[in-house]
Amino acid sequence: MATNILMPALSPTMEQGKLAKWLKKEGDSIRSGDVLAEIETDKATMEVEAVDEGTLAKILIPAGSDNVAVNTPIAILAGEGEDATKASVPDAAPAAAPASNGAGAEPQAAKPATPQPAAAAAPAISRAPEFPEGTEMVSTTVREALRDAMAEEMRRDESVFVMGEEVAEYQGAYKITQGLLQEFSDRRVVDTPITEHGFAGLAVGAAMAGLRPIVEFMTFNFAMQAMDQIINSAAKTLYMSGGQMGCPIVFRGPNGAAARVAAQHSQDYTAWFSHVPGLYVVAPYSAADAKGLLKSAIRDANPVIFLENEILYGQSFDVPKIDDFLVPIGKGRIARPGKDVTIVSFSIGMVYALKAAEELAKDGIEAEVIDLRTIRPMDAELIIDSVKRTGRCVTVEEGWPQSGVGAEIASILMEHAFDYLDAPVARVTGKNVPMPYAANLEKLALPNVGEVVAAAKAALYV
Amino acid sequence: MSDNPFPVDKAGLLEAYRMMKTIREFEERLHIDFAKGDIPGFVHLYAGEEAVATGIMMHLNDRDRIASTHRGHGHCISKGVDVHGMMAEIYGKETGSCLGRGGSMHIADLSKGMMGANGILGAGAPLICGAGLAAKFRGDGGVGITFFGDGAANQGMVLESMNLAAVWNLPVIFVCENNGYAEATSRDYGTAVKSYVDRGAGFGIPGVHADGTDFFAVYEVVGELIKRAREGGGPALLECEVIRFFGHFEGDAQTYKAKGENEYNRANRDCLKIFRAKVTEAGVISDAELDAIDGEVAELIEDSVASAKAAPLPSPKDLMSNVYVSY
Repeated sequence: MATNILMPALSPTMEQGKLAKWLKKEGDSIRSGDVLAEIETDKATMEVEAVDEGTLAKILIPAGSDNVAVNTPIAILAGEGEDATKASVPDAAPAAAPASNGAGAEPQAAKPATPQPAAAAAPAISRAPEFPEGTEMVSTTVREALRDAMAEEMRRDESVFVMGEEVAEYQGAYKITQGLLQEFSDRRVVDTPITEHGFAGLAVGAAMAGLRPIVEFMTFNFAMQAMDQIINSAAKTLYMSGGQMGCPIVFRGPNGAAARVAAQHSQDYTAWFSHVPGLYVVAPYSAADAKGLLKSAIRDANPVIFLENEILYGQSFDVPKIDDFLVPIGKGRIARPGKDVTIVSFSIGMVYALKAAEELAKDGIEAEVIDLRTIRPMDAELIIDSVKRTGRCVTVEEGWPQSGVGAEIASILMEHAFDYLDAPVARVTGKNVPMPYAANLEKLALPNVGEVVAAAKAALYV
Repeated sequence: MSDNPFPVDKAGLLEAYRMMKTIREFEERLHIDFAKGDIPGFVHLYAGEEAVATGIMMHLNDRDRIASTHRGHGHCISKGVDVHGMMAEIYGKETGSCLGRGGSMHIADLSKGMMGANGILGAGAPLICGAGLAAKFRGDGGVGITFFGDGAANQGMVLESMNLAAVWNLPVIFVCENNGYAEATSRDYGTAVKSYVDRGAGFGIPGVHADGTDFFAVYEVVGELIKRAREGGGPALLECEVIRFFGHFEGDAQTYKAKGENEYNRANRDCLKIFRAKVTEAGVISDAELDAIDGEVAELIEDSVASAKAAPLPSPKDLMSNVYVSY
C-alpha cells in the first residue's frame, strides 16, 4: 500500500519549515533509515529519514519550497511490488473520520461474510446524548479545544489558574495555553522555573488552600519528578485527613510517545496513575471530549490526571457549539457500533482502533469500538455490556502490557462476563522495551493497525 | 510582682507556657503508652523542641497556615488543634481529628490552618508555598510556615521550594528544626555546610538563627520574619537548634547518642525549665502559677487518653469513605 511521507517537525513547537533539498529522486528504492531530504527552519536543519521501505513514487513538494506546514505530505512511497507510477494516497486525514459522539454518522460496514449469531442484541444500557441532536458543530483542533476549555473555566471561576514551564510568555511549549496570558494576566497564567517536584507540590498546597490550579507538565515524562506530591499529597490527603482537605487540581500535559524523541520522552503513564485510589485519570481522543472533559476536570473537587497526546494536538474534530459543553468523567462512549467484536481503547489508541474497524469492515466484520475517555473510574458497565453482545474483546493501548489498562479490562471481563466470552481477551500494547530512537524500531515498538486487525480476527477465529 | 521585661504580656506568657507544657505532657504520655503497647505504628515525639513551635505559633492566627513534619504533635497543639481529637487520632478512633484515618503522622485541622503532619520528609515545604501563593493571590495578609528537620533539609523539594518562594516572593518562613540527628545519622555526616542558615544566601533569602531551647529567642527572631513576610517582604529561612529528648521514633534504642546525653540535656537544656527560670526570676510569674497550669495540663492529658480509649473504632462500613469527594 502506498503511504504518504509527511513534513516532520524539528521541534515540538515547529509549525512550518523549508524543504531545502531532496537527496532521493522519484523511482529510487528506499530502505528504512535512508536520508530522503533536508528540511530547515531559522533555527536548525534536519534530515528526513525514511521509516518504511519501498520506492519513492512521487515528490509532492519540490526542493526549495518555503513555509511547508508540518504534516503536509511531501512525497508518496510505493510499497513493495506496487506500481510506483500509479501509487496514490487518497485520504490523508484519517483522524477526521470517526463518528462524533454517536449522533448519527454510522459508519458503513459491509455485510458479514460469515453467518453471525442471531443474538446480536442492541446495547442494554441507554445513555442520554451529551448534546442535543442538530447542535451546530465547529471543526476544532484538540489544541484549540483544550485552550478553550481552560479559558472558559478561568472566566467562570476566579480561583482557577494555570501554571507550568513556558505556559505564559512562551504561550506553551505545545501552544496549548496560547492567548491565556493576554486575557488573564500573569497573576493567573504563571510561568514556573524548571522544578517539577517543587511546583507540583506548591500547586497541591494551593489547592488545599482553596485555589483551583491547572498544572501543565511539559510532558508527563517530567511528572515522574513530581510523583511523590501527586501520589502522597494530592491523592491521599483527603482520606488521611478524614475528609477535611480535598485537592481540586488538574495535572495535564502530553503523555505517551511523540515521534523520534526516544525512551525518556516517549512513555504512556496511563496505567501508572490509574493504579492510585484518590486520582481520576482522563485520556481523551477527540477534540470534543478533550474540551468537555477538561472543563469537568477543572470543576471537579478531586485531583485529575489529564493525559493528552502530542500527536493528536493538531488533529481536527467536530466540537459542539454549546456555551458550556461538559463531558462527564467516568463515562466511555461507543465511537463505532458493531456486533462482532469489541475493541476498547483511549487517547491515540483510538486511531489504531478506528482504522482497524474500517479494515475489518472490508472483511465483513463489524467491530464495536469503545473510547474509554476516562481510565479511572473505568466505565466497566459499557465494556461489559458490549462484550455480552459481541463475545469478544481486543484492547488497544500504547503503554506496556504488564499491569496495563488492557490487563485490567481483561480482569474485569473475567469477573463480570466470563460466560459470555467466546475467545480470550486479546491485548494490543506497546512492546516491552524502552522506546527506541531509530525510526523503524520505534514503529515496531508501538501498536499498529495490523496488530489490532489480527487480534480481532484471532478472537473471531477467522 | 515586678515589671514585665519580656516582649509578651503576662497572659501571653501563661498561654505560651501552657502550650509548651501541653506538648511535653502529651509526648511523655505517648512514650509510656507506646511502651505499654497501647499505641501502634510509628510515633515520633517532639519533647524537647517545644519552644520552637510555641515561639512561632504565638505570632499566628487561624488564617495563617503551617505544614508540619512526621514529628508534628507539637506543631498541632500549638496551632490550636484539639488535644482530645489528636489523642483519639493516635489511638485510631472515630473521634480522632482525621476520623482515625491518618494517625500520628497525618494529623490535620484545616479550620486551624494546620495543613497536616507529613510522613514524607520535606513534603510540607512545597505545600506551604502553595498556601503562601493562595494568601498572596487573595491578598489576605496570611503567612505560611513549614517545618523540616536537619535531615529533610537536604531533600530536593525543600530546596526547590525555597527557590520558588524566593522568585515569587511568597509569604513563607522555612523553619529548620536542627536536633542534630537525621533519624540516627549525625547532622555533620549528611550536610557539608556548617550552618543551614548559610543556605539562605544561595536562594537570595535571609537566613537567621535562633536558640531553639529559648522561647524568647525564637519568638523575637521569627516575629521579625513573619512581620516582614506579611508586609510583602518575602520568604526567609530560620534555623533553630533544638534537643530531641527521645529517639527518632518510639522504640529507637538511640545507640548513636552519647552516654548520659539525654540526662544532661534534660537537666541543662530543657526549654520548659529555661522558660520557668526566666519568668520566675524576673518576678513576672510565680512558680505556683506555673504549677497550677501543670496540674491542669496533666488532667487534660489524662482525660484525653481516657476518652480516646473509650471512643469507638471507625465503622467498617466507612472503610471506603473519603477516597474521593462525592457529590
